[in-house]
Amino acid sequence: MSKLHEAFAEAKAENRAALIGYLPAGFPTVPGAIDAITAMVENGVDIVEIGLPYSDPLMDGPTIQAAVDQSLRQGTTIRDVLETVRAVALTGAPTLVMSYWNPIERFGVDAFAGELAAAGGTGVITPDLTPEEAGDWIAASDAAGIDRVFLVAPSSTLGRIEIVSSMTTGFLYAASLMGVTGVQSVSQAAPALVERSRPYAKVPIAVGLGVSTAEQAAQVATYADGVIVGSAFVRLLLDAATPAQGVAAVGKLAAELAVGVRRTA
Amino acid sequence: MRTDITGDLREATEALQSWNAQFPDVAGHFGRYGGRFVPEALIVALDELDAAFRAAKVDPEFQAELAHLHATYTGRPSPVTECHRFGEVAGGARVFLKREDLNHTGSHKINNVLGQALLTVRMGKKRVIAETGAGQHGVATATAAALFGLECVVYMGEEDTRRQALNVARMKLLGAQVVPVTAGSRTLKDAMNEAMRDWVTNVDSTHYIIGTVAGPAPFPEMVREFHRIIGVESRAQMLELTGRLPDAVTACVGGGSNAIGIFSGFVDDADVKLYGFEAGGDGVETGRHASAITGGSVGVLHGQRSYVLQDEDGQTVESHSISAGLDYPGVGPEHAWLADSGRATYIAVTDTEAMEAFRVLCRTEGIIPAIETAHALAGTIELGRELGPDAIILVNCSGRGDKDVETASRWFGIMDGERAPEGRA
Repeated sequence: MSKLHEAFAEAKAENRAALIGYLPAGFPTVPGAIDAITAMVENGVDIVEIGLPYSDPLMDGPTIQAAVDQSLRQGTTIRDVLETVRAVALTGAPTLVMSYWNPIERFGVDAFAGELAAAGGTGVITPDLTPEEAGDWIAASDAAGIDRVFLVAPSSTLGRIEIVSSMTTGFLYAASLMGVTGVQSVSQAAPALVERSRPYAKVPIAVGLGVSTAEQAAQVATYADGVIVGSAFVRLLLDAATPAQGVAAVGKLAAELAVGVRRTA
Repeated sequence: MRTDITGDLREATEALQSWNAQFPDVAGHFGRYGGRFVPEALIVALDELDAAFRAAKVDPEFQAELAHLHATYTGRPSPVTECHRFGEVAGGARVFLKREDLNHTGSHKINNVLGQALLTVRMGKKRVIAETGAGQHGVATATAAALFGLECVVYMGEEDTRRQALNVARMKLLGAQVVPVTAGSRTLKDAMNEAMRDWVTNVDSTHYIIGTVAGPAPFPEMVREFHRIIGVESRAQMLELTGRLPDAVTACVGGGSNAIGIFSGFVDDADVKLYGFEAGGDGVETGRHASAITGGSVGVLHGQRSYVLQDEDGQTVESHSISAGLDYPGVGPEHAWLADSGRATYIAVTDTEAMEAFRVLCRTEGIIPAIETAHALAGTIELGRELGPDAIILVNCSGRGDKDVETASRWFGIMDGERAPEGRA
């Protein structure tokens, strides 16, 4: 059983949802991001998503755009992302990379899968790659033994959900709303999407987009296997007066969210 | 019976040999290019659009409605003008312009926009969004939105709103909301990102009218089909005017919609050479350019695989061109495939070369072209000198230069009665 499966299984054994935290690599700096992600893990985040900064983040709202823009201006490279994975994986938390497709294709699909696995990464979430265009990626991720996470959205038809569910591994990422990251509300569409996906999903279903508070995490945890929080963490780092304060704030939010996913509704 | 079957077979074989029928494939691929690289949330909308487009393509009522609009609103067919004095500069070749600059709103962009606006109405959507660089596509979209009573929001890089202030005013006069985009390089690429974000958020009510032959399938094919009228008309016009097909057809290429429009009429005529002129900015060797095919590499941007300007980590590199409409780090996937297959040739033209050709057309023909179009004219001058006096060259005159008067005046130093600097005007 992979580390990712174990994390979901452990959460399930505790009758709760797994908490998944996202932060981009290289923000506010490469070591600063590692510190912040480590603080997330130490305070109850079960699974980590490390964002690979990309120049054209179509799925991201202003908060994550601002952070990755700063990260790129400071010169963060794919090598830095892999180093971040290596450092974070040492915490023991399953560590995935969230990346738009072009950087992976440019790096080399097989090379990226192989190097990520070698760095201790457990999988990749690809928000702009659907199974139809993923032939090379499916082969490469299988060969490297890492998970490939695809997304479903409120607009997905049952036919689409079936296709995506058959190709995703690790978990199924259910985007809670039609829109970009950083919207601070979970849409009514989320529970319905999870319900529609259940019959097809062979892996746990995690809900992302719009979750920023313990209250929302608790609510999503009533119907999903995992709760994904991203922009809320990024916002704390953006707003922090010093890097140390940012790390402390991230740790505090992680602790609150960890209580949230354990609250029995 | 036998002859019927033979006839059917011949027709089928011809269809297979026809470039336009062969590409893209059912999944929107032109060879290894094109496809769909978008968030899952958009897939259903793209499928819906694809279905609406395919239904409209074979619906005589839709085609009649669009043809009527083109005849009574756009001003089609646009004429073809022979440019004798310009031809003298181009090595004495016979140069003909397909006058898309004479269309309503001043460029070829209206062809695509009217088609997509009709589709929007058919799909029952009430709001359209668009990205724009030079503002020509934004103006065309705002125009169609006014005509059909649709709400219209146009995303435009903040840098471009400054370069193309006149078109911003035109869009506002037409009732559109213009949103200046301050992310990234503040140009066309970033406007497209922002439009995509709007679309994924409002896809139930909104159609995204992409202005070029790029983006996820079915956009590259659909936009080509709406611009194919340029090629179809001009092929017939050239036969009428000269009694034969041209030796070469030329166009400027940013995303590549005007080029695909005119190329599509000649792509199956093996003896007609196709030339796309990319924006070379300060020169491809300087790194400050917008020549995705000449100076880029294969990558995925804005929902499709094509040539893009990118660094070794796959981060998009900012493009540079005096022409806002060509200032884009990618190119439509069909151009990438036309280039790889050798059917079309792509050459970079610098800012300086383009502005020289701009000046020449103004002075020799009394036509002020768009700076985008001036890139095609510059390439044509070189090509004419190569091919010689017997050659016939058809240039897609994709837009008029009213919007560029300020930029050109500054370039030639003729603002406030200044004298033009040596070697410029």
